[in-house]
Amino acid sequence: MSLEVNGKAFSREPRAGQCLRTFLRELGHFGVKKGCDAGDCGACTVLLDGEPVHSCLIPAFRAEGRTVTTIEGLGGDHGTHPMQQAFLDAQGFQCGFCTAGMILTCASLNQAQRTDLGAALKGNICRCTGYRSIEDAILGKSNIEASVEAGAAFGRSLPAPAGPDVVRGTARYTFDTAIDGLLHIKLLRSPHAHARIVAIDKSDALSIPGVHAVLTHEDAPSVLMSTARHEKDWMDPEDTRILDDVVRFIGQKVAAVVAETEAAAEAACRALKVSYEILPALIDPEQAMTPGAPVVHPDRTSANRVADARRNLVAETHGEFGDVAAALATSAATYEATFHSHRVQHAALETHGGLAWLDDSGVLNVRTSTQVPFLTRRALSDIFQLPMDKVRVFCERVGGGFGGKQEMFVEDILALGALKTGRPVKLELTREEQFIATSTRHPMRIHVKAGADSDGKLTALQLDVLSNTGAYGNHAGPVMFHALAESIAVYNCPNKRVDGVAVYTNTVPAGAFRGYGLPQALIAVEAAIDELARQLGISPYEMRRRNIVRPGDPMLSPPPSEYHDVLYGSYGLDQCLDLVERAMQTGGQQPELSPDWLIGDGIALTMIDTVPPAGHFADATIALDDDGGFDLTVGTAEFGNGTSTVHRQIAATILATTVERIHLRQSDTAHGGHDTGAYGSAGTFVAGKATQAAATQLAAELKAAAAEAWLCDVGGCTLEGETVVSGVRRMPFTELAKLARERGQPFAGSGTSGGTPRSVGFNVQGFRVAVNKATGELRILRSVHAADAGIVANPMQCRGQVDGGVAQALGAALYEEMVIDATGRVTNPKFRDYHLPSFADVPRTDVFFADTSDTIGPLGAKSMSESPYNPVAAALGNAIADATGIRFTAPPFKPDRLFPALHDKFG
Amino acid sequence: MDLNTITAVAHPQTRAQLPVWTAGDAWLAGGTWLFSEPQTHLTRLIDLTDLKWPALTITASHLSIAATCTIAELDGLACPSDWLAAPLINQCCRAFLASFKIWKTATVGGNLCMSLPAGPMISLTSALDGVCTIWKAGGGEQRLPVAEFVTGNQRNRLTPGDLLRQIDIPLPALRRRTAFRQISLAPVGRSAALLIGSLEADDTLTLTVTASTVRPIQLRFRKAPDAIALRAALMQEITDDLYHTDIHGAPLWRKHMTLRLAEEIRGELLGATPA
Repeated sequence: MSLEVNGKAFSREPRAGQCLRTFLRELGHFGVKKGCDAGDCGACTVLLDGEPVHSCLIPAFRAEGRTVTTIEGLGGDHGTHPMQQAFLDAQGFQCGFCTAGMILTCASLNQAQRTDLGAALKGNICRCTGYRSIEDAILGKSNIEASVEAGAAFGRSLPAPAGPDVVRGTARYTFDTAIDGLLHIKLLRSPHAHARIVAIDKSDALSIPGVHAVLTHEDAPSVLMSTARHEKDWMDPEDTRILDDVVRFIGQKVAAVVAETEAAAEAACRALKVSYEILPALIDPEQAMTPGAPVVHPDRTSANRVADARRNLVAETHGEFGDVAAALATSAATYEATFHSHRVQHAALETHGGLAWLDDSGVLNVRTSTQVPFLTRRALSDIFQLPMDKVRVFCERVGGGFGGKQEMFVEDILALGALKTGRPVKLELTREEQFIATSTRHPMRIHVKAGADSDGKLTALQLDVLSNTGAYGNHAGPVMFHALAESIAVYNCPNKRVDGVAVYTNTVPAGAFRGYGLPQALIAVEAAIDELARQLGISPYEMRRRNIVRPGDPMLSPPPSEYHDVLYGSYGLDQCLDLVERAMQTGGQQPELSPDWLIGDGIALTMIDTVPPAGHFADATIALDDDGGFDLTVGTAEFGNGTSTVHRQIAATILATTVERIHLRQSDTAHGGHDTGAYGSAGTFVAGKATQAAATQLAAELKAAAAEAWLCDVGGCTLEGETVVSGVRRMPFTELAKLARERGQPFAGSGTSGGTPRSVGFNVQGFRVAVNKATGELRILRSVHAADAGIVANPMQCRGQVDGGVAQALGAALYEEMVIDATGRVTNPKFRDYHLPSFADVPRTDVFFADTSDTIGPLGAKSMSESPYNPVAAALGNAIADATGIRFTAPPFKPDRLFPALHDKFG
Repeated sequence: MDLNTITAVAHPQTRAQLPVWTAGDAWLAGGTWLFSEPQTHLTRLIDLTDLKWPALTITASHLSIAATCTIAELDGLACPSDWLAAPLINQCCRAFLASFKIWKTATVGGNLCMSLPAGPMISLTSALDGVCTIWKAGGGEQRLPVAEFVTGNQRNRLTPGDLLRQIDIPLPALRRRTAFRQISLAPVGRSAALLIGSLEADDTLTLTVTASTVRPIQLRFRKAPDAIALRAALMQEITDDLYHTDIHGAPLWRKHMTLRLAEEIRGELLGATPA
């Protein structure tokens, strides 16, 4: 078959059932991405004879004699298409994995389609941005500052350094590399929710041509571990094996086939004969602790950090300050209700996966889609008993994370495959595997009791939480503890009680997810605050003002914490409430609506510790290079969080240079040092502090060298405009670079951050909604968000994090829902049945920042990636309650779920 | 996605060249569904492209839509000015969960053969009294109304080897005044109820209920119904077991939306104030 791709002729035969997407990638066009491989997400969009199509749905043979344009060819030779430039100017991307398809689609819209973007872009999913910056790109709006002088980068809206590569499709994500002799791994997964593997007959599978190995529990180290990655291993139970002889959820891996092609590996998976002894399965978390319930991990003990395996209890917490029951009995107003927070998926557009190979020096290299390369290296080193310097884990650009990649779901199998076969191997999960076999948010049942006196002062707050961790306890304890911590610690209240249990069930495991438990708990806590306010006739804003902690107030949640390193490095919650209240009173559209539409307002607030507890470490090094620029090396990963931009801003500011002069290397254990990882929004607050320290040390070195040359007091030296200055004397960095060469020792600095002490960040979300009492439809008329991020390192990016967090949370609050049937099977493991917010679904949010400066964070900044997500569902629930007078307690707030109660009330 | 079990693709150019249907075969029209899910039971695709069926033909009596006509081709049809029903075409195209990019590839026939309750081409062609022509596996042809072609969620009257050839829309149906209503759980989500009403010159009102029900259900009123009669007819004709249930809408809600949208259509077509 011959075809033309980006102006070049190719002649090559596709396989009979091959789709155009993989065919183009095999030709080296890695800009063609796989988000879903099912035509739902648009990441694989290419132009076929000039028309945009989803290349995953096009049979490759149909490209015969046709011309294809991929993102790499859109701008012509070395050129940039106007739409690519527009996406750069507006910074209409975060992780950038959807960007190629988004740009190709946008570039082919006609004028009519541009006036109806909701319909025109319904075939393109962006999980990061919330679409605001994409709309800006289409409208030709610039969100970046054109030029920023040396030393002034911090606090400015500078573009992401990877932008040009992202929009041209040349940024390399996990699978965007070609390796000779690559073998492919496919996994056979359990059809049973709970079963013992009696025998696996590999013979038919091994006889399939191209199959190199079939790996089962007999081939894998039997070491117990957790897929969760934390700085401290004790945070998670040891309950998981790479390949186990017991499977505990539908979708758990049973065997791995390593073969020359994906087709052979898939065929071999189908040819494996597995004998199972079916075991009783526990699906309903409410039954988990009932006597006689099936036991998911009967052999685990407290030595494995499982609280009570016989009762399916992974972790529990109980504590009380004061006397909640007594306080409730005498309170002027009380509220009690049970809320259910459902199961949702991260849906990062790049699926989990990676490549692994042994290099000539015997080092196991793992190139993977992870938020935690260093912790993954440590785990692989432990499991396979390899010295740390014999394992390298790294990532280039990662296509979205949202907490889902704070886990080790594929790297262990990749390592096993590479070590067993001695060949480079690749494993790329399918979208279905993402749903059925990685992790989800923890579903929770939250029972809340709250009381207040007649002045609106809280008298009692009580939370009772049942968290469903699924078949494995990755993140089970920490998520539950977090849910019960800042959610009530943000309120002064003399009597507080928490009871929390996290239980096993034979369902897909839950794990780390943006918000880490807080969004689940907040729908109950923030509802209770609102309901008390309503009973007492106090405004929701005022009710919160009377009860929120202020600097100096202890931030308390029982039982007493073992951590005492959370401080008010800054405080902007009061400002956030004011900003939202003011904005909700002004602005916003008020369309003509029929009397069926009921209108209401709602707010919710959240506090978050700026770093996870118990240590979060980052190292950074920086050196002056030959041309007077700097090489900055950090461990933290970039997956759309924007930290690559911020690190350069920090270094450039301290070193009196421009960001273009800071060359960043990142997320590779081969670079040395350590980095706990890009989770808990630590990329700026923790790793940024390491960069700050390294740059500060180097700045001192540079000044000292100049002072030495000038024989002057270093105290009189400053850095200005890429130069050391003392009085009238000036020494450009290029001269210092020359000096370094002459003395044979580079100027370098290093910095370390330990993630302690920690500060607190705040967010307040406000919504005005209209609910149609006859249909259950919901429209968001106004969305306002105020964030306290300290000194905002990059307003453009930080606003993008808020936009994206609000959008992702709206997805969970309005549409997204993983359904698990009575047998434990995920019934909707595809995007067309799991509705991610599309352009049409996301309102524009007015974003405000509190004016604060943090005394702990780098250059006054605080973390702000995770927390904008947290108050959204709670605020929406409060707005719906205000509009309808009905308290809905179980998102997603879909029309068909709202309808029965609306129908009962309004007819 | 790659369909790795496929080992052969046949490209017949005439009906005579259609290969003998065997287990593991699948017709390939647009392929937008076929390539969207694993199909490990399939080994051969029979590509319909080279049959080169004219996408759209207007005869003295019919609009004939080839099964391989793409959604984009149908949407782009320049309709004669007396086709009052013409807006339905775009309204139904827009009801696709999939975007305009898929419309370039997906086919009208494919949508019918998938037989999903929310298939908007089923809504369109059944509402316009479309008639399917099926090339029977053993030879010969079968004709039956679209409303009877789809028998349930992903079920239809095709037997293995049968091939949907075309859908004929009688021109009088295209000249009727119509009203369209659709609702879904999200602004551009999959249809949870899609109702089309049409009014003939003799005041016959036809209401076609799709998406909310497992198969198209048509109600014909020789005399304009009032709100009570309409509701009674819907309650009688669409028993609760006919309402579809899946992630895209609970059956109780679909039922109430069906009743509501039907009444809106009655109001629009008859000028009545919705009750």
